[in-house]
This record gives sequence, C-alpha cells and structure tokens, in this order.
Amino acid sequence: MGQATTKRRFAGSEAANGLAMISPTAIYAVLLLAAPLATVLIYSVLTDTNGVVSGPFNLSNYAEVWSGPVYRSIMLRSLTVSLAVTLVTVLVAYPIAYFVSFHVPASKKSLWLFLITIPFWTSYLIRVFLWKVILGYNGVISSGLESVGILSEPMSFMTNGAAAMIVTLAHAYAPFAILPIFVALEKIDRSLLEAGQDLGESRLVTFWRVTLPLSMSGVIAAVLIVFIPTVGDYVTPDLIGSGKFPMIANMIEVQMLKVDKQAMGSAIAVSAMFIVAVVSLIFLFLNRRFLGGPR
Amino acid sequence: MKQGPGLRIYAICYLIFLYAPIALLPLFAFNDSKIIAFPLGGFTTNWFVVMWEDAQLFKSLQNSLIVSSSTAIFATIFGIFAARASTRYRFPGKAAALGLIMLPLVLPEMIAAMSLLVVLLAIGVPLSIFTIILGHVLICTPFAVAILTSAFQSLDKSLEEAAYDLGENAVSTFRLIILPLVMPGVVSSLLICFTISLDEFIIAYFLGGTDTPLSAYIYGQFRFPARVPAMLALGTILVLVSILLLAIAEYFRRRGLARTGAKDTGGFL
Amino acid sequence: MIEFRDVHKYYGDYHALRGITATIRSGEFFSLLGPSGCGKTTLLRTIAGFEGISSGMVLIDGKDMDGVAANVRPTNMVFQSYAIFPHLSVEQNVGFGLRKDPRSAADKARAVAEALDMVGLKGFGGRAAHALSGGQRQRVALARALILKPKVLLLDEPLSALDKKMREQMQVELIRLQRQVGITFILVTHDQEEALVMSDRIAVMFDGEIAQLADPETLYRRPNSKKVADFIGTMNFLPARIVSEAAGQVEVEAQGFGAVTLTAEQCASPVSTASPAGTASPASSGGAMVGFRPETLTILFEGQTAQDRETMATVTEVVYYGDMTYYDVRLDGTDLPMRLSMRNVFGRPVLDIKTRARVAWSPGALVLFR
Repeated sequence: MGQATTKRRFAGSEAANGLAMISPTAIYAVLLLAAPLATVLIYSVLTDTNGVVSGPFNLSNYAEVWSGPVYRSIMLRSLTVSLAVTLVTVLVAYPIAYFVSFHVPASKKSLWLFLITIPFWTSYLIRVFLWKVILGYNGVISSGLESVGILSEPMSFMTNGAAAMIVTLAHAYAPFAILPIFVALEKIDRSLLEAGQDLGESRLVTFWRVTLPLSMSGVIAAVLIVFIPTVGDYVTPDLIGSGKFPMIANMIEVQMLKVDKQAMGSAIAVSAMFIVAVVSLIFLFLNRRFLGGPR
Repeated sequence: MKQGPGLRIYAICYLIFLYAPIALLPLFAFNDSKIIAFPLGGFTTNWFVVMWEDAQLFKSLQNSLIVSSSTAIFATIFGIFAARASTRYRFPGKAAALGLIMLPLVLPEMIAAMSLLVVLLAIGVPLSIFTIILGHVLICTPFAVAILTSAFQSLDKSLEEAAYDLGENAVSTFRLIILPLVMPGVVSSLLICFTISLDEFIIAYFLGGTDTPLSAYIYGQFRFPARVPAMLALGTILVLVSILLLAIAEYFRRRGLARTGAKDTGGFL
Repeated sequence: MIEFRDVHKYYGDYHALRGITATIRSGEFFSLLGPSGCGKTTLLRTIAGFEGISSGMVLIDGKDMDGVAANVRPTNMVFQSYAIFPHLSVEQNVGFGLRKDPRSAADKARAVAEALDMVGLKGFGGRAAHALSGGQRQRVALARALILKPKVLLLDEPLSALDKKMREQMQVELIRLQRQVGITFILVTHDQEEALVMSDRIAVMFDGEIAQLADPETLYRRPNSKKVADFIGTMNFLPARIVSEAAGQVEVEAQGFGAVTLTAEQCASPVSTASPAGTASPASSGGAMVGFRPETLTILFEGQTAQDRETMATVTEVVYYGDMTYYDVRLDGTDLPMRLSMRNVFGRPVLDIKTRARVAWSPGALVLFR
C-alpha cells in the first residue's frame, strides 16, 4: 500500500486494511469452528430428552463421564494408547530426523523428506485397513509365515488390540513426529557441536549435552503433534479394534448418532478436549526450560 | 560428521516399515485370489475391471471430484487472504484470528466434525456434498495458510513499493507482481488441499448424509470381504494419484524457488 | 525544489523526525548522511510518498505533497535491495513503468534500449532478472527509474550491498549519470566517504534532526559540532581554555599549541539549541576543545621550514598505507597522541617510533568546540 495520506490517518489505514484482509477467513472460522465448539460446550451442560437437547442446566453428563466405569475405562484406554503411541513414535522418529539432518548431504535432504512424507499424503483409511490385512487372522504376516513354514496354522496378530492399534497409529503418525524434530535439529549451529568435539568431548556426550537439549523444542512439538490427534482417532479403533476396543471418538459417535444423546456426546467431547489440554500443558510446563531456546 | 553405517541401516529399515503397507496395495490388487494372504495366486488385472464396472463407485468418484476441487479452490482463496493479512499488515487481534484459523490443526478431527454436525442438525441443514465441503474447507484452510504464508513471506516488500513507485496501484500491483510471484505457492496449496480432501474420511463419512464421496464408499465396501480386492485396486490408483499430485506440487515449489532465486529450506514446512 | 518545512514524524510515541527544515535545489546531488536510525531513510521515504508525516509540509516544486499518493509523485526510487522483479526479464523490468505510456511498442523498446545503454548494460535486455549480479541489478534499477524521466531520483543506500571495488566504480558512475541526466539526485547513506565523494551538498543527521547542511568541504573543514566533526573523517581534539573574546575573535590557550587567535568563523556553533548528549563539553570556558584534521599537521624533515607555526613531538605509532603514512604523534605538552597523515614522497624515509620530530601546524586550520 503506502499511500501518502498524512497525519494520524495513516496508522489507522494499515490496521483497517489488515482486518479487512483477514476477515473472510476469520469469519469462516468463527462460523464453522468457534460457534460449533461453543454450541457443544453449551449442549454438554444440558439434558437429552428423547433425542432433543433441552434445559435445565446440569452437570449430570459430566458426572457420568468422569465417574461412570465404562466411560472412565474408555477415556483411560484412549489416554494410555495415545501416550504409548506418542512415546513409541517420537522415540523411533528421532534417529531418522537426526540421520537426515546430520548424515545426509544438503542437496539430498529435500528428497529424503519427500520420501518420508509421501505415505502421509495417501488415504489414512486405506493405510489402517492395510494394517488390518497385515495383522489379521490369516492375514499377510500370518499367511506369509505359514507359507515359509514358521507357522503351522493361521493366527491373528491383532488379539492384543491395544498393541495392534499402537503399531498402526505409530505408522500413521511417524512423519508428524519426524518433521518438527528435523526442523529443530537443522537450526542447531553446527559450529557449536564442532567446538564441543574440539574441546575433547566424545560424540555421545556432545549429543546428550548439546544436540538433544537444543532439539527439545522440536521434540515437544512432535509429542503434541502426535498425541493430540491420536487421542481423538476414530478409524483405527474402529477397524483394528473391530469395535471391541472403542476409544473416545467411537464413544462420541455412539452418543451423537446411534443413541441420539447429543448432550452426552458433547460432554464426552468437551472432556476429551479438556484432558488433551491438561496433558499438553503439563508436558509444556515440564519442559519449559527448552521452550525459550534459540530461534 | 563421520558416521558408522548403523544409522543409515536404521533409516532404510524405517523407510521399509513406512512403505510396507502401501507396497501391499499393488501386490494384492494384481493378485489372483479372493483373500488377502500368502501364497500369491497368479497375476491378474481382473480386480481393476471389477472396480471399473462398479456404477456406485463412479458416483462416489464424481462426488469426490466435486468436493475436493471446491475445497481446494475455497481453502486456497481463504488462505490467500489470511496469508496476505498475516505477512503484510499489523492489526489488533491478529494473533487471535490466526490462532482460530489454524486451530483445526491441533483439534482431533472427530471433535471438529461432531461439533459441526451438531450445529448443522440443530439448524436443520440437510447433510450433503455441500456440508462435506464446508467441513473440508475448514480443515484444509490451515494448510493453505501455512503454504501461502511461506510464499508471501519470501516476497521482498520493496517489490510492491517499487511497483507503486513506477505508477501502479494496489490492484495492478497484485496482478502483475504479487500474484505471479506467489503462484507456485497457490498451485501447491490447490494440489495439497485437493489431496487432503480426497483422502479425508471422518467428515466425508459423518457429514455426507446419503452422498458418499470415495473415502466413505471405500469404508462401506471394506465390510464385505469379497469386495476387498477391488477396493485394494482402487486404493492402488488413489495412492498413485496422491503421490503424483504431491510430486507436481513439489515440482512447482522448486520451480518457484528457482524463479525467484530463493533458497530451498527443504519442504513445505 | 524539494522543501521541508518543520517536518515531524511519530511512530506511535517514537519521535522519528524532529522539525526538519531544509531546501534541496534543482539539479543538485544531495546526500542524507547519518548513522543507522537517524531518520535519513524515513525522510527520503516521505519525499517518495511511502511514509506520511505527522506535521509540517513536504513540497516538491512548490506543491504540497499532502494526500498525493506515491504512484503519482514526480519522483522515482532506487531501493536498497534494488527490488528488481525476479519473474521478469531485464527489458520488462526497465520498461515496467511505461505500461500506461501511450507511445507505440517500438518507441518504448527504443527507450528501454537507450536507458540500458545509459547505465552501461547495452544488450542485456533479454536476460532474466534473477540471474544478474548485484552491480548489474543496481544498474537495472537505475535504468528502470530514470526511463520515466522523474524530477527527482531517490536512492536508498544504493551502494551498501556492493563490494569495495564495485562501490568505487558505481560512485563514479552515479556522478556521471547525474551530470548527464541533469536532475536532482537524493542519496541516503551512512558512509561519509561516499557522501563526500559524490555530493554537491550533504545534510548530516543525528536522532531525527539535521545537524549540519553544507557542501562537503565546509562540512569537513568547518563542522559545526563535535558530533559532526567525529562523524566525518577523523578529527583530533586537544583541550583548550578560552582566554578572552572580542568581536569576531577569540583568544584561546590550547594544550600543545599554546596561545592561538581564532576568528569567529572557526568557532563551531551547533544548529539545534537542544544539543544531544555528546556534542560540546559543558558551556564553561574551561571545557573547550580545539579540533584539527590529520592532514593539517605536517612532519618537517631536514631543511624544511614551517609555513606558519611549529612545535616538537614524539612519534608513538606508525601505520604505513602504501601511498600514505599515518603517524600518531604526541605533541610536547600534551597527554594523548594526535593522528597525522603524510603523503609518501619518493625518497623520503618513514619515521620510527620514539623519533623526535618537528611538526608544522596552522592556527587557521583549527576549529573551536565549546
């Protein structure tokens, strides 16, 4: 812009232009995200009566979510599965990020990142179903082992539903974990590490005392990027768990659509968001000393 | 930095782990057998034929194309506005507005979908392709904003001022200078939003009502073991299309960098 | 032809331009010189129309520019980053401003070719803009601006991104261009050497104010404050005591030089009464200083006599530069060394440290700072 309108009008016009420019997108987000979320929040403290949500205000839905044994166990399972997935995914992802950042020449880095992220861009649904095919009874692994003689009869590798779900989810969210760690590692000034080595530190010590702390902001981002969507995942418990190991998302579906108790479903959704927010904040707090790091 | 082969072997194994399930797609799509298991039957293209002859599938494909194209266009348009506002202007409430716009990235999809559903049902809007588009635009816009912000940020502010200095106005400057320079970002955004929308399941399934895009259709078909191989054939094609679109998007990204002489920071993020 | 009348500019609470009043003449090569943050670029941009002002007036050719948009002002700008459009060719860049020009395509092409020729880029028209070197980009930026025949060309630190050799080359180029085209050039720079070399007049700015506006020689020989003296070139300072003052004359007792009579013209008088910290020492007559440039001291060798006054000194440091030698000498009766520059004459020795030497100096070269 840069018109030469003099005096104080100039300051106002930049702000006005900026607000005008962002308004279409912002308004859309308000209408389709903020308003619905607010609605769910309100519904959660109302009552379901024969498929209709109405007053009076009460917290009975929340009481049931937090104290009812069925709901509690499902919440707990979702939480533990997500935390396990997060742990596994991030731990497995870190060496890859390290590898691409430190051991791959600069010209090839884009290529590696591209290769790593391609699976992410394919249909999640198809990938989950493929894991079902791989791990299931007489599935790819089972029949493969049978045909080379290791197994004598077909079996299922999905009997431990939680384990199967963890494998599936870790596979799906791997790129989410690799990328933020990679970005953080790339930002580390290589001369810091060389200085450490110059002063006689071993490679392992350099990693532990310099590289790892400096990359923590990326690790934290990776943890959050994996944990948050995993808690609310629907497809994996549905296909891999075959409905026997429902998680929060499946519960919400049941309440909202199958038994038509939208207030209850809303309470579950809000509770899930609350748990996610609390866990995230706890994690951020515990690692706060890594967050103000160099940009 | 010197290294042993250990890390490299680990990286290769990891890539194998990443691609293994997807590699199964073409393997069993061309497999002459009704069950997805070893040993392999012969080679056949029969499943592709079966898939091709499915009328329902074509209807779903059509739905998907409409949904994904519309999503790509609208999300990119919203993205252009937000990215331009974010990189070029200071104004009150900027952080809050951007936070809200980017929120879908950190919200479990199910929650966003269910909340939207609740409101739509309460207002009485019938579920259809239109409502799917509404949901998809919501979750794709943050990606568009991220890609386009990066594109707008690499624009030297003096370029705009130079255009003004040489006699242009806001509209012609946008048309002649800004748009051509962010075009690679726009193309990337269109392709990426299209791909995300094509593969997206939750919103497509729950907000579609009787209209089923491809992903919802596939989900339904998975319940019938007999239909599975044909669906794997479809999956093979979908994966190839996704990869192709992604490769084109990456090509445009690199070409855009070359054109403006900027540096490659390695990827959309 | 460009006039500032008491121009003030605020960014929120920050007072960026404080009462700028000055006139820039038609056809002159004018520089705005000062350290980072002094407001020189802001001032330049108020001429261009990219910044508004909070109060006062900016006039071009007698017309008030209030409300006049940047894209209609009779000015054109060469940006610090050159702002060459990377997706266009050199030709398209240079001809960009001619888009709405009613001339025929052939005429425009000819004008573009002429402009390129004028900046020394004949034949470069077809090249892609992003493949040019820094110096070439700058020439394209110049051609692009000059082709529109503006009344004023504004240059925002145009040489700061170039290496030393390129910079010196471009300095000569810019002077030649300005003479050839004959319009007013206004240059912003923090490099005082650059300003001295190229300008007809210079406005030295500190903290949003013009400290001194004069031609290069006046600025160099008669800076009006210690701050300006320090900024332009090197200046030596010796403490001095004001003995007496009469009309047009000041008697001063200077350390190392003894009693000196100075004319009123040799007394520095800063322009702003609200002197920023770091100008002259407190206004008591005891805390004054005399300043003099390195080349106004000369070491006298065998058989040479001083043209004016003479004193003894000890050499404390020698810096040999090839064509010049810079000596630090401590004059008898002083505490600190003074810098002295001598042209190296063939056959004349370079002195060693600790040598005693006779030093010639002239009272007329001194400037008194209170």
